[in-house]
Amino acid sequence: MPHATTPGSSPPIEDTVMSEAPIADANDAANDTTGTVEDQEDDVSAVQPPAKTSLEDMFDDDDEEDGEFSSSAQTRTADSSQEAKPTSNSSSKATDPEVMRVFYQRLFPFRYLFQWLNHSPTPTTDFSNREFAFVLPNDAYIRYQSFVSADQLRKQCVQLTPTRFEIGPEYSTNPRDRKTLRKASAFRPVAKELVFDIDMTDYDEIRTCCSGASICQKCWTFITMAIKVVDAALREDFGFKHILWVYSGRRGAHAWISDKRARQMDDQKRKSIAGYLELLRGGDKGGKKVNVKRPLHPHLERSLNILNPHFQADVLIDQDPWAEPAKSERLLQLLGDKTLTAALQKKWDASPHRSSAQKWSDIDTLASAGSLSTLTPKTLVEVKQDIRLEYTYPRLDAEVSKKLNHLLKSPFVVHPGTGRVCVPIDVRRVEDFEPESVPTIQQLLKEIDAYEGDGREDEAGEKMQDWEKTSLKPYVEYFRTHVNTLMKDEMGAKRARAEEGESMDF
Amino acid sequence: MLATRPAARIDAKRRATVDPRKRQFAKAQYQEQDYNFRMNFYAIPPTGDISLEQFEEWGIARLKVLAELEACQFRNRSPEETAEYMRPILQKNLPLSANSSRSGSLAEERKRDHYSHWTLRLAFSATEDLRKRFARLETMLFRLRLAQDDGRERREFIESLNMDWETVGEEEKAMFGEELRAATGAWRAKGEEEGWFKVDWERVPELVEQRRVLLKKGKAYVHIREQTSMVVGEFSRQLEAGLELSARALPRMDEDNRLSPILHHLSKSFTAPDTAYSQDASSITDSTQVNAAMIDSVVKHFPLCMQNLHRELRKNSHLKHFGRLQYTLFLKGIGLDLNNCIEFWRRSFKLIDESKFNKEYLYNIRHAYGDVGGDANKRGRGYTPYSCQKLLTEALPSAGQSHGCPYRTFSPDNLIALLQATGVNDRELLKTVRETVGKQRYHIACNLVFETQHKADLKKVKEQNLWPASELDTILHPNTYFKRSFQLANLNKFQNGDIGIDGPSQEASQ
Ligand SMILES: [Zn+2]
Repeated sequence: MPHATTPGSSPPIEDTVMSEAPIADANDAANDTTGTVEDQEDDVSAVQPPAKTSLEDMFDDDDEEDGEFSSSAQTRTADSSQEAKPTSNSSSKATDPEVMRVFYQRLFPFRYLFQWLNHSPTPTTDFSNREFAFVLPNDAYIRYQSFVSADQLRKQCVQLTPTRFEIGPEYSTNPRDRKTLRKASAFRPVAKELVFDIDMTDYDEIRTCCSGASICQKCWTFITMAIKVVDAALREDFGFKHILWVYSGRRGAHAWISDKRARQMDDQKRKSIAGYLELLRGGDKGGKKVNVKRPLHPHLERSLNILNPHFQADVLIDQDPWAEPAKSERLLQLLGDKTLTAALQKKWDASPHRSSAQKWSDIDTLASAGSLSTLTPKTLVEVKQDIRLEYTYPRLDAEVSKKLNHLLKSPFVVHPGTGRVCVPIDVRRVEDFEPESVPTIQQLLKEIDAYEGDGREDEAGEKMQDWEKTSLKPYVEYFRTHVNTLMKDEMGAKRARAEEGESMDF
Repeated sequence: MLATRPAARIDAKRRATVDPRKRQFAKAQYQEQDYNFRMNFYAIPPTGDISLEQFEEWGIARLKVLAELEACQFRNRSPEETAEYMRPILQKNLPLSANSSRSGSLAEERKRDHYSHWTLRLAFSATEDLRKRFARLETMLFRLRLAQDDGRERREFIESLNMDWETVGEEEKAMFGEELRAATGAWRAKGEEEGWFKVDWERVPELVEQRRVLLKKGKAYVHIREQTSMVVGEFSRQLEAGLELSARALPRMDEDNRLSPILHHLSKSFTAPDTAYSQDASSITDSTQVNAAMIDSVVKHFPLCMQNLHRELRKNSHLKHFGRLQYTLFLKGIGLDLNNCIEFWRRSFKLIDESKFNKEYLYNIRHAYGDVGGDANKRGRGYTPYSCQKLLTEALPSAGQSHGCPYRTFSPDNLIALLQATGVNDRELLKTVRETVGKQRYHIACNLVFETQHKADLKKVKEQNLWPASELDTILHPNTYFKRSFQLANLNKFQNGDIGIDGPSQEASQ
């Protein structure tokens, strides 16, 4: 079996020896300001010895439990992490350290990742004071790593073969030096991309096609809708330009906003953007999740325009959320009007197989049939708008966005459960994105082998990067373009500032 | 207030410069500032010279205003009620006229406002608690005044702040009209001035979070109705930052040993504003001469502190020194003359023989009245009756002593028992008193008791406009408590002219 390992075996151990013991880091409460109570609870549950047997199942809860936000590692002890260590002997699994080593050596686009975080080709503190955190094959979690260059980061990854790594904020000083500082206050986060996290978990009450960790193209549409709405608001309302959407590897997406103005926001401003975008409130058992004043705020008006076609096609037809009588109760509850709901209930009891689309139009039919409703036509329109919003509007994990010092899984790492690479999503073609076609690490390694086996290597020249030989190519190219635009903007601004001199007013 | 002090106490040689930056910026220009606007962000410390007396007097006047504002807040008065309540207090202590008033004393008023702010800023920058409280009250004052500002002058003032607010022009209004109205809820208040300005959205994060602005490419379009709260917010932010700086400059201020006692006194006064005693403010009138035999019949009009002393005195036929002093001065304040006072104490101390009384107690009473002692004491007619502030800041009584303010010195249970013993039985009120003293708002608790006990009469006074508003503000002196209680109980007599009172009764009969 052809295997894409690099000739020359494992890399020499270099000066990148880990000096930071994970437990010591975890106890460093003074510096670890990111952990919230919730985080800790999540971590507790995440390290319970799994009762499940298959590796795939063990990662089922990955996204919503420790997820992308392992920002507090307090409870992750060496003992319990042993429990989570894969015992499967299938060596081609995504988390196999040898497979990961090859991935980091040959495929991971460190150069562009460096430029993306550094905003310039030459190293600055934007990158060197940036925190990285690693999840090692034994599930140990190491925080406060930092690197001066793309190559140093690459070497560390190749050596430690982390199952994934996370990106934190840029700090006021090098994160590795934080313990040598005399004052704890001298070590504080100063900048980070504004980030968003959308996860299918939050849609479980309204999707009917799948549940739990699984997704299909039908329910992925909810993520597509969310991306379109949030992206429009970030660009049109806040004027952000450098927005990178990234597939989270299983059933969600992240957004990274790299505009300087976004990176420099404090927690209050992050919280206010999250609040601006947040609409649905209340849990499953609550009443109406949408409570907005009229006329609708232009952001909501625009969102509804984006979402209306999705509601017709993807919700009413594909999800058919009110087909079952038990589920249509929710619809009646949201309508609120007693006379109208009684009439609808009667009709649906008589013909129990009416689809959601039929039930949706029944509302108008019965409401316009005269005295059946106490709702005015205007109120009915508003109630129906509210329902559409409840079934389509983005469900953001807002907490993630509110903190400058939250860590988030890096783009292009491999999701340990699915083996899929966390590739960028081209927002201009967001509807075409199919999570099931995202390459897995195993697939990519085979592609390299196949490419080289074909003897095509010589034609293309020796300089060719390995990722160019695989289906990762379009994603890396998209990322490269994104990074170049960002750098151009950033350096253009710097040059302009330098040329204008002090006369320029900021 | 301090203006009633004997002129002899003013020493023209004592002059102070209220400039905390003096030592920091040796080249600073000392000059009178121009006050183009009524409102002031107080960004620049005063640089002119004023006398120590002005320094203190203006500070105390402002303190009085802030204390009343705080009382309004504690009583949950609405903005309208607060404005109404504060109007006479501001007029008396810290008047501030609009440019349009063409008042001849504009500059003087504004100077006083400016200097007194800075005096208090220095006095209250020492601790975090004081800074927060001061910033909160100054912000309230600023908001109140801004709301009362003349519309045009307010606009000009806000423009002068250079806050980078760009007015949204007609073209944009036409382009985004619908969106502007939908986003900012402008459609709601009909007749409201329609206008917007734009700022970077980061300037208004709260409004963004609540979706109360229109956002376009990072600019927030804000309705002008939000402008006031934004200006107030900015004032508050700048003041808090400024107080931090003052706190750091404070050690240097201590070098100036002329200012530090005044500043210290002012910050202590923040517990309850000091109210100086003046004869006409608390004694009843000439026609109602209080004598020793009457005391028992008017005790019901005494504030709790004095009722407590009286009860202790009756129970033990004795009071220890500080209680005796506090009570003597109060009695002096209600108009009991020296001979009657001596008679009162002589009868009260019935277990003590004549010679012991004369030897140990008589002198103290005469001293308190200024009948004996040094020239200064005689000229000042003895001691001044203690204010609430004095009672609230002195050392707590030890075993066997009864002086001080019971709202402060009693345990909540004992306090409630004492109130009930004096006839205060309203359960709601007792509950509120318990909560209020829990928050250490002792003089507020006392005022609440007064207001509840005199509810009907106070209503009548307000409805019939019998008293000037200044006679209805927060009680800060035990003698004021007595005077008002007594007058309320005799409203009919005053109105009928049976008991003369300066002013109101004549107004009412006209
Ligand atoms: Zn599905």
